[in-house]
Amino acid sequence: MTPTQTARVAQASAAGVVAPPATSMTMAKAINSALADAMAQDDKVVVFGEDVGALGGVFRVTDGLTAKFGEERCFDTPLAEASIMGTAIGMAVYGFKPVVEMQFDAFAYPAFEQVISHLAKMRNRTRGAVPLPVVVRIPYGGGIGGVEHHSDSSETYFAHTPGLHVLTPATVEDAYSMLREAIDSPDPVIFFEPKRLYWSKAEVALPAKTGRIGTAAVRREGSDVTLVCYGQTVPVCLAAAEQAKQEGRDLEVLDLRSLVPLDEEAIVRSVAKTGRAVVVHESTGFAGFGAEIAAKIAERCFYRLEAPVTRVAGLDIPYPPPKYEHWHLPDADRVLDAVDRTMAAG
Amino acid sequence: MTLLDHPARLPEGAAGPAARLASWDSQPLRYLDEHGAPVEGGLRPDPETLAPDALLRGYRALRFARAFDTEATHLVMQGRLAVYPSCRGQEACEVAAVQALTAEDWLLPTYRDSAALVLRGIPAVDALTLLRGSWHCGYDPKQWRTMPQCTPLATQGPHAVGLGLAAKLAGDSAVALCFFGDGATSEGDFHEACNSAAVYQAPVVFLVQNNQYAISVPLHKQTHAMNLSDKAVGYGLPGVRVDGNDLIALNAVLREAVQRARQGGGPTLIEAVTYRMQAHTNADDAARYRQAAEVEYWLARDPIDRLAKYLTALGALDATVEAEIDEECAAYCAEMRAQFAEEPEYRPDEMFEHVFAEPTPQLRAQRDLVRAEQGQGQGHSEGEGR
Repeated sequence: MTPTQTARVAQASAAGVVAPPATSMTMAKAINSALADAMAQDDKVVVFGEDVGALGGVFRVTDGLTAKFGEERCFDTPLAEASIMGTAIGMAVYGFKPVVEMQFDAFAYPAFEQVISHLAKMRNRTRGAVPLPVVVRIPYGGGIGGVEHHSDSSETYFAHTPGLHVLTPATVEDAYSMLREAIDSPDPVIFFEPKRLYWSKAEVALPAKTGRIGTAAVRREGSDVTLVCYGQTVPVCLAAAEQAKQEGRDLEVLDLRSLVPLDEEAIVRSVAKTGRAVVVHESTGFAGFGAEIAAKIAERCFYRLEAPVTRVAGLDIPYPPPKYEHWHLPDADRVLDAVDRTMAAG
Repeated sequence: MTLLDHPARLPEGAAGPAARLASWDSQPLRYLDEHGAPVEGGLRPDPETLAPDALLRGYRALRFARAFDTEATHLVMQGRLAVYPSCRGQEACEVAAVQALTAEDWLLPTYRDSAALVLRGIPAVDALTLLRGSWHCGYDPKQWRTMPQCTPLATQGPHAVGLGLAAKLAGDSAVALCFFGDGATSEGDFHEACNSAAVYQAPVVFLVQNNQYAISVPLHKQTHAMNLSDKAVGYGLPGVRVDGNDLIALNAVLREAVQRARQGGGPTLIEAVTYRMQAHTNADDAARYRQAAEVEYWLARDPIDRLAKYLTALGALDATVEAEIDEECAAYCAEMRAQFAEEPEYRPDEMFEHVFAEPTPQLRAQRDLVRAEQGQGQGHSEGEGR
């Protein structure tokens, strides 16, 4: 087995093998444009949350919306997440389409009861009479040097709850397209925004349309191993695949995009082809979303597997502080080490 | 003097919490005393509120609410309902809240407010769907402008803020009236709702039915505040404390609050002081935590008897009218009994139909699994979806 902290990618990157993409729009701007376009198209779309007004959000994702649409369409709320969530529910019952911002992943927890007990269940509790077209935007994930409570990956809590769609884009184009789709959805959507990728750039032509809710995207085709990933681990897996190519291995990168609904067919298609799978996410591995993926693969692809399914996830520790987080976060080297183990097993 | 040695507004001679137990003694707004006579120096409602025919309508509604509640209590004892939290003793709050609203206004009930649902016009058999043991509320909340009864405490408060704010932004004159119990005032969502409603100046009325108990926990273990209505001060809201067993006083207070909300004057917090005559639910045993003498005290302050005495003295109520009402209530309850005599059909497929607008592939697979199990259980196979 290779050392767990090889430096293959860093060395390769320094040598200019992995080039940063040329760009014209950041993901933050794409999300901002999606909000603005949705608000322009439908005056029932309202945006609210903490600091989303004059400041434009702590990540500037709502920049300019109050100026453009007025305080009745984009407004600051009291610092009270349960109230933000519950207010969105009430407004949706009345006919509005609220898009609310939870300022950081861990600050969404006070709203958890409203999400779990009401947002997720209202359609069911009313036999379909009261759907709740609410989008909850949550900047999530680590790698930004945030102090405690600013870097959680909380997607599994929500994905575990029936009645919620859980989406997370990994590309600038998807960020726009998926948010527009989320706002159009008749069901509540928890929209996880990978905050480390807010300032990633790409050439995109808006309005982009990249697919429908519940479909995964193959970011890179390959035949040896399937890397299943989403959000911030997509560029990590792409970097790993690029490095592996130099080493003569052909990795497929599957970006789930949508955790709920889950595109099982895309996973099965890919793993049936490669016979090997490594699931990569930032959130804690124990009882994490990767466990669900691994179970699905075992249930549906068992006789096509050449090796046990492997997970590369955040460590089972409270999210570490800035000086420690590089040991916690799955990086391309850790992914490549898992790929090595997977290849060795079969 | 610092904030810490500021004397709390304790009753004279009170040395500590033990002296503060009987919070209903600190005189809420009242029109009728417990014998049904107007209180000297009490509330002075407008003539519309005091019109005898309006009061008689209110009385009929009280009697109807009690009949419904009694019948529902029978139904749960007969095993026709899964559980029933009775509102016996609190009917005046139920009636006043519903009477204060128009059809365009929204009502946000708790699990104890089934009577308010039927008072709004929702058929009993629909209103009790949830408590009968189904997974949905049984009626269309948009048609009745009545949200599903809320079980998690105080979480309906922020929904009321959202409904009120939505009406305000839409330029409508609709108002949202939100029920809470006294226990709910300890929850964070109560605080967040009051604060947000005040900041937004949303057209919302928060009506706390202080029935003295949160299951077994008495009010003095719930709060150190003298009155729940005092909490309004901290939110910049008008706070009103009213006798929750006095329909006339409740009508006056609620009409004013609803009118203020409708006219853009913002939210109001009302504490209605009342008493839960029954246990928390049929599954509870109130004898474990409260004394019979206390129940007797409140029995003598029954909201229905009180109004009956007043209306009788006015000449608006007599044995003939009482007999008419008895007959109406008996007919309603007989129909209710008949409707609950047989169980409706429960289809497992329904469990999957409203989780999302469209079932996910995973839900479709699970539905097919349950269908197949059903097929085996009944000795035949539908042969679908596997």
